[in-house]
Amino acid sequence: MEWETVIGLEVHAQLATKTKIFSGAAIAYGAAPNTQACAIDLGLPGVLPVLNKACVSMAIKFGLSTQCAIAPRSVFARKNYFYPDLPKGYQISQFELPIVHGGKLDVQQEDGSIKTIGITRAHLEEDAGKSLHEDFHGMSGIDFNRTGTPLLEIVSEPDMRCAKEAVAYLKALHALVTYLEICDGNMQEGSFRCDANVSVRPKGQKEFGTRTETKNVNSFRFVERAINYEVERQIQVLESGGTINQETLLFDAAKGETRPMRSKEEANDYRYFPDPDLLPVIIEQQQIDSIQQTMPELPWEKQHRFQQQYGLSQYDANVLISNKALSEYFETTLEQTDSDAKLVANWIMGDLAAFLNKNNLSIEESPVSAENLAGLIKRISDNTISGKIAKTVFEAMWQGEGDADTVIEKHGLKQITDDSAIVAIIDQVIAESPQQLEQYRAGKDKLFGYFVGQVMKKTQGKANPKQVNELLRKKL
Amino acid sequence: MIHKYTIAELSQGLSNGDFSSVEVTQYYLDRMQQFNPQLNCYITQCNEHALAQAKAADDLRAKGQAQGITGIPIAQKDLFCTKDIKTSCGSKMLDNFISPYNATVVERCNDAGMVMLGKLNMDEFAMGSSNENSHYGPVKNPWDMTRVPGGSSGGSAAAVAARLAPCATGTDTGGSIRQPAALTGLTGLKPTYGRVSRFGMVAFASSLDQGGPLTQTAEDAALVLTIIAGHDPKDSTSMKQEVPDYSTTLNDSIHGKTIGIPKEYFTNALDPEVGDTIHTAIKAFEKLGANIKSISLPNTHLAVPVYYVIAPAEASSNLSRFDGVRYGYRCENPKDLLDLYKRTRAEGFGEEVKRRILIGTYALSAGYYDAYYLKAQQVRHLIRDDFIKAFNEVDVILGPTAPTTAFKLGEKMNDPVSMYLSDLYTINVNLAGLPSLALPSGFVNDLPVGLQLIGKDFDEATLLNLGHQYQQVTDWHRQIPTAFDKGEAA
Amino acid sequence: MSAITPDEVAKVAHLARIAMSDDKLSEYTQSLSSTLELVQQMQQVDTKGVTPMAHPLDTIQPQRSDHVTEGDFSKAINQMAPKIEANLFLVPQVIE
Repeated sequence: MEWETVIGLEVHAQLATKTKIFSGAAIAYGAAPNTQACAIDLGLPGVLPVLNKACVSMAIKFGLSTQCAIAPRSVFARKNYFYPDLPKGYQISQFELPIVHGGKLDVQQEDGSIKTIGITRAHLEEDAGKSLHEDFHGMSGIDFNRTGTPLLEIVSEPDMRCAKEAVAYLKALHALVTYLEICDGNMQEGSFRCDANVSVRPKGQKEFGTRTETKNVNSFRFVERAINYEVERQIQVLESGGTINQETLLFDAAKGETRPMRSKEEANDYRYFPDPDLLPVIIEQQQIDSIQQTMPELPWEKQHRFQQQYGLSQYDANVLISNKALSEYFETTLEQTDSDAKLVANWIMGDLAAFLNKNNLSIEESPVSAENLAGLIKRISDNTISGKIAKTVFEAMWQGEGDADTVIEKHGLKQITDDSAIVAIIDQVIAESPQQLEQYRAGKDKLFGYFVGQVMKKTQGKANPKQVNELLRKKL
Repeated sequence: MIHKYTIAELSQGLSNGDFSSVEVTQYYLDRMQQFNPQLNCYITQCNEHALAQAKAADDLRAKGQAQGITGIPIAQKDLFCTKDIKTSCGSKMLDNFISPYNATVVERCNDAGMVMLGKLNMDEFAMGSSNENSHYGPVKNPWDMTRVPGGSSGGSAAAVAARLAPCATGTDTGGSIRQPAALTGLTGLKPTYGRVSRFGMVAFASSLDQGGPLTQTAEDAALVLTIIAGHDPKDSTSMKQEVPDYSTTLNDSIHGKTIGIPKEYFTNALDPEVGDTIHTAIKAFEKLGANIKSISLPNTHLAVPVYYVIAPAEASSNLSRFDGVRYGYRCENPKDLLDLYKRTRAEGFGEEVKRRILIGTYALSAGYYDAYYLKAQQVRHLIRDDFIKAFNEVDVILGPTAPTTAFKLGEKMNDPVSMYLSDLYTINVNLAGLPSLALPSGFVNDLPVGLQLIGKDFDEATLLNLGHQYQQVTDWHRQIPTAFDKGEAA
Repeated sequence: MSAITPDEVAKVAHLARIAMSDDKLSEYTQSLSSTLELVQQMQQVDTKGVTPMAHPLDTIQPQRSDHVTEGDFSKAINQMAPKIEANLFLVPQVIE
């Protein structure tokens, strides 16, 4: 039987506020345990929540960028369940009336085609604390620092049909929230994490199959692996006559498999009801309008501009805009060179990307700054060095040997462009290779390459290859 | 005989230099030591803390920086969080809980230079109408030691009635200030929802809870309310309405004010003798120039049913934080996490609290939400609409506070529903969010009876004005139970 | 028949994380039943089209500005925690 996969994603984006959603406690990743949790976060008796205005603005920004409806009236509800990292015994979230709903995101696929993914809703809620399972005499330790951190939970329609589509959507969403500056997008720190709802159904069937929810997958790669694993598993179960349980799963990245979450084994009855400590959030058109005025350039707008303004291909532009910092790195580099955009793009997407990848660094962590890369590209453009030597210079810059000019100077990598100097070397090579010369003159054209190679070797690659070619032809 | 003074009189005495705050405070601390063992109204007595505050108040006065209420002692219901002083909420669950912060109400009393004598007994988590649901044992009614003082602010009522404090705070979710005030011959004010900050008040039912004073007179209630009322940025439900100086309108004439008498408050649920004292009071208001008008609040009988869905539902969620993880009681040797939760909560909460958590959990659970919680919220709307309609025709509404005088200790303990029904006149006011003032209005068989005035949103001033004028022509509020009306002159 | 069965009470007690012995179960079933019977009275009222009232006052949620107002609270928690180590609240092993 042929199967069709159906995927919907729930993304938790941690909003980039200074303080928590309902308290004035600071947010800082990696602080000493329980030093960032105040009376309100800890759910002490008598404390009350007051909504952080910045969270509302950020949700509106997101809604505007995804063509969602912004609810003129939204309501906070309590989701009741017991868990040690949930101090009040309930999570303040939004249930029936989320702050934004009914939007869409156009996602560029690998082949350049566009697929529109529906955004069902996005709502504000508070994060829980963390349980640390290191051994405290067989007990768990609870750190409430993360408690009350604002989250925007973005729920997609079940519009994706394979893991690759899901990852493309996730990447587009990731780019969007970082462009909007409402989330730092740091997946390792859990600022942007994803629950994947996956089901399969026989191709052609209208009804959805039973879905599972894989919780808290925190990298693009893991999302793809988790979904693929889950699809295979479900198909296997169904093909061997079994049924899929609607259950909550965890992805074990080390084993590459999903497993049921023990804490979610029993069906939860969350007893949602409007939080009586909070009143309805009213959003006036005026507030929406003023936020509209301050909207930054969005990823697809930037992509369009890159194609128009710099003449980049759709593919190159899409790669460069996929990450806000990368796109800024590109533009900074380009501004400081007079070169064409394609050369800059090639360097960033080629050598720089390869080095970053190999060293597991983000563009923000690149040891070669945009200014320094621009310096290097300038030396290629003005023929100070060849493209090949440039790779050597780049490597030295990566190792921290300074900017391009310093490296070129220090290692004497300047290109030899003086005709007489090149001719002298050519003469030397010809003198040392009488046999080859004879054969060449006898019609063995292939040997031209041999002479070029010998000249380059003698100049340690520094001779301008174009000049070498021209002069050699004359001489031979 | 300092204990005979109202706080208005104490304030006058302090400003005249008749006595110091330290003297007044010591006088009350001595009375607490002498009488509290019989009454059990204090859970915590704060002698050193109180004397230090009194000394500071006297210093302020010497520097000419005292307000009217500076140096006046007050006792706090033990669900207002007090920094470094135990806040138990009448529960084993919080028997060891020391709050690291002050409730806004406490903070405001401190800022005004008031002196905190101690923390008062109460029904556990404010759930009850008799003060018998306390981990610290029942409180006795100073008028008859075999009877209850009412609840849940029973400790507050008994303390002020026996003059172990000149005034106290209480909280009122379904009548918990007004009913004990009525049963002990006091003035008790439940302000409009949103008038007094709930920050630092351990929550029972968030959409109903409201803190307020229990005092001897309406004038005293005005003094305390002026201090504790007002917007608090820490409480999203506290309103920005300006707080008037309630003392300035106390002496206004009530001539021409229209008082509505709801016929639903005078059915056979009401003890006839209690009813008689209310009718006498109505005549007194008429004599003061008020117009009396019969009105109807047709959904009154639904208030108790609606309340016993909404209040427990909110409470079930509010009390989930008491789980033995971060503070408060934790059971011994939990075998696993579930056991930790279940035994902590089974052992830490009393029976009535558990009953209400279970009812509330049930009402919110899947399949029942619409039939219970949503339905109750709809009927709640109808109940408020009754009042809104009535207030088109009248300025205030007058009725009994409680259907009977104080009942015997133990009388209703085995019949929760009959206990619930004793709040039938007060509960609808909380559901509607309105302000209400309970006033002593006579005695039946030597037990106090109270009436209540219900006002429009944020119109506490009219209630206090009417209450004060009524107290100019009556002296019910001046009565002190004989056993406690003795003391040395300072 | 009572308004709530012992099984339902047991289920609700589990949801509310309250341990319940068998003899307590019948006691609670009885008292909860009588409360629910009282509550049932509201079912007689026609509430078609009536907006549910979540709050007495029809006002809107205030919003605070995004400024840090709270400091390090960890000293206080050390005093109130039933079990704490390395500034972490300890509970029996949490299994995810």
